[in-house]
Amino acid sequence: MRRRDFFAVLGGGILVFIADDSDAQESGGGARRGQNQQAPGELSAWLHIDETGRVTCYTGKVEVGQNARTSLTQAVAEELHAPVASISMVMGDTAATPFDMGTFGSQTTPRMWPQIRKAAAAAREMLVDLAAQQWSVDRAAIHVVDGRLTAGTHSAGFGELTKGQKLTRTIPSTVELLPAAQWTVAGKSIQKVGARDVVTGAHRYAFDVKRPGMLYGKVLYPPSFGATLQSLDSGAADMLPGVTVVRDGDFVGVTASDPVTAEKALAALKPVWEQKPAEASARDVYAHFKRTAENRPPAGGPKLTAYNVAYIAHVPLEPRAAVAEWEGNKLTVWTGTQRPFGVRSELSTLFRIAEDQVRVVMPDTGSGYGGKHTGDAAVEAAKLAKAVGKPVKRNWTREEEMTWAYFRPGGVIEAGAKVEPDGVISEWEFHNYNSGGSGLQSPYSLEKKTEQFHNAKSPLRQGSYRGLAATANHFARESYMDELAAASKLDPLEFRLKNAKDERLRGVLVAAAEKFGWKDRKKTAGRGYGIAAGFEKGGYVATCTEVAVTNGMVKVVRVVEAFECGAVVNPEHLRNQVEGAVAMGIGGALFEAIDFADNKIGNARLSRYRVPRFSDMPVIESVLLDRKDLPSAGAGETPIVGIAPAIGNAIFDAIGKRIRSLPMAPRGSIA
Amino acid sequence: MPRITELDVNGSKRRVDADAERPLLSVLRDDLDLTGTKYGCGEGQCAACTVLIDGVPTRACITRVGAAAGKKVVTIEGLAAGDKLHPVQEAFIEADAFQCGWCTPGMILGAVGLLSKNPHPSAAEIVNGMNGHICRCGAYPKVVAAIEAASKKGGRA
Repeated sequence: MRRRDFFAVLGGGILVFIADDSDAQESGGGARRGQNQQAPGELSAWLHIDETGRVTCYTGKVEVGQNARTSLTQAVAEELHAPVASISMVMGDTAATPFDMGTFGSQTTPRMWPQIRKAAAAAREMLVDLAAQQWSVDRAAIHVVDGRLTAGTHSAGFGELTKGQKLTRTIPSTVELLPAAQWTVAGKSIQKVGARDVVTGAHRYAFDVKRPGMLYGKVLYPPSFGATLQSLDSGAADMLPGVTVVRDGDFVGVTASDPVTAEKALAALKPVWEQKPAEASARDVYAHFKRTAENRPPAGGPKLTAYNVAYIAHVPLEPRAAVAEWEGNKLTVWTGTQRPFGVRSELSTLFRIAEDQVRVVMPDTGSGYGGKHTGDAAVEAAKLAKAVGKPVKRNWTREEEMTWAYFRPGGVIEAGAKVEPDGVISEWEFHNYNSGGSGLQSPYSLEKKTEQFHNAKSPLRQGSYRGLAATANHFARESYMDELAAASKLDPLEFRLKNAKDERLRGVLVAAAEKFGWKDRKKTAGRGYGIAAGFEKGGYVATCTEVAVTNGMVKVVRVVEAFECGAVVNPEHLRNQVEGAVAMGIGGALFEAIDFADNKIGNARLSRYRVPRFSDMPVIESVLLDRKDLPSAGAGETPIVGIAPAIGNAIFDAIGKRIRSLPMAPRGSIA
Repeated sequence: MPRITELDVNGSKRRVDADAERPLLSVLRDDLDLTGTKYGCGEGQCAACTVLIDGVPTRACITRVGAAAGKKVVTIEGLAAGDKLHPVQEAFIEADAFQCGWCTPGMILGAVGLLSKNPHPSAAEIVNGMNGHICRCGAYPKVVAAIEAASKKGGRA
């Protein structure tokens, strides 16, 4: 069945907008295309039922480990009343799935989840109509259960009714969905779809894709950012058997029929580069942000407390990868990306071919965390493949992934406040330099406040990272709230509750504190307790930590995190996001930092860049507040924002030392 | 340069034609199309490339294929017995011990190796024994739970 038809915008149906994110640091350095395309209203763009009753669901969202495949399968199962095992998802194939802006911003749950439910409900109603017609019975007499329709003595499986025909119907904008309180498949933890393939190694990711006749490609990178190619002697490389050297301006690559020869060819190139002096290094970048900032507050204002946040790397365990194949003027690329349609745009623009001549397929990728928005490997593979007339694979090395992609922005955040004797904040001032505007706004109730984001010059390529600037802004805000609490001689929880009117914020604070045993915490030497709370992307979080500081070494002993994002779609997946985000956040909180100087990355490998390991894990307890009365928000990012300030606050509680920079223990010790 | 012409992989003698100095990981993935073993760092820091060589968990990215010649190599593809999954594989599924799954084959083989030496490890022993494996998604607590569950069921096939 041809699916190319569904890129024409069809009238009616549901408009899918991604909330306009004014954060300039979203999505990797300007490569984002701001298209708000209308989601097709035609049911057959989303669902197909074949003659055996097998259901296929099409979505532009992709699976990066966040279990979108499984949760969207549950959406179909719930509304269509089809067994989970009968449903397959086709995800992130620009030739087969409806347009989607990308899998980021915690948007799959709030937007794709209802969209798929609507499509599945519309399909169910269409099946009921078909049965009513065929059996000449009243619609109300028909029951739909487990892939079958029955009415009295009539019974038919889905496939018998549709006979594999396209579901030609427009999804009505007001189709009735099952309320969350009545869910039987959604809202529950079911086994991950496709789990068996992962544990047997059968599952193919972008890095694993092979095409007949495929060559291996390597790219020549400059010795430092901004360097330009002055000359290239490719004589030695040209002579290697089966090698082609490709040159296109400053882009230089080699292809070979095996990876060993490709590496030899790359090493045999003799380039001459002109390097550029660096704007800043890791040491002086904070002053650089302040100096180059736009709309700086006027001098002579109140003295603010400054917090520094380092650049960090995503370190997806599978580096970027792509295989590109041309057929005449048609391009197909398999690549690990969170934005297959965005990559399609990039390729279409670069090669000056229509978008429908480009097909991007996302075969699942070994995580992204916001780091795989841009099609760098796809572009390289496509350039090489075009030059040599054969499919080319571009698998990035870890060093390339940690140098030539993009980083979570570093930043400086400054805070100031006036607090009344009773602990109520009467004035609040908050500035973020370079990190971004996400999470800039305080969730507390503040009478008078100034909150401002200042663009600055970044010496490193920067872009989206799980939570965007909300991590930096929450670290600064929740550390500063703690400093204010101490100055007011109030318990940190009490101080926050005094300034919180939002019942959902109060809800997570109280739930976390209760599970943690906050009011019964006992002060002992070298142990400390911290609390932090926040709001981002429709989710509320509160984090309590217990930390042990021994000879300057910090160990996070226990974390309790309360999270509330409306109605819970799949409790186990949600727990994964909460616990996974806490685990990841410990890295950024304590030891992760990109080291750079002279336009070079000093630690672009895992032996020099420490990420959290088994031994870094505290006991993590998550308290999931299920608000069935509220729409479901996403959870991929927000759980990360509380961990750094909660740890910082616990360190202060333990040894009286206030650390105002991330990472807090870059060389392991905070002594 | 000596060349390796045969490897014993997953119980079969496989023909290869590789320089002995090549990393085993590349020979497995690129020459034998056994892509279940993953690349994560290329320097033995993340253990995504773990295979078993004569039953011992080994990082294929820093192992010369020459060192694997004449030994029994088991990759993730060779762990199940036909349709029957290894208890550790089953335990990982039941405990939902992975998110993106990239580290999972390495984790599973690392766990198989751990349990073969220490069939009833404590949580602390699991953490120590598995600490060479990185999971960026943070599924560590569930991996520990999976290994504990597998050990209770007698984690060997």
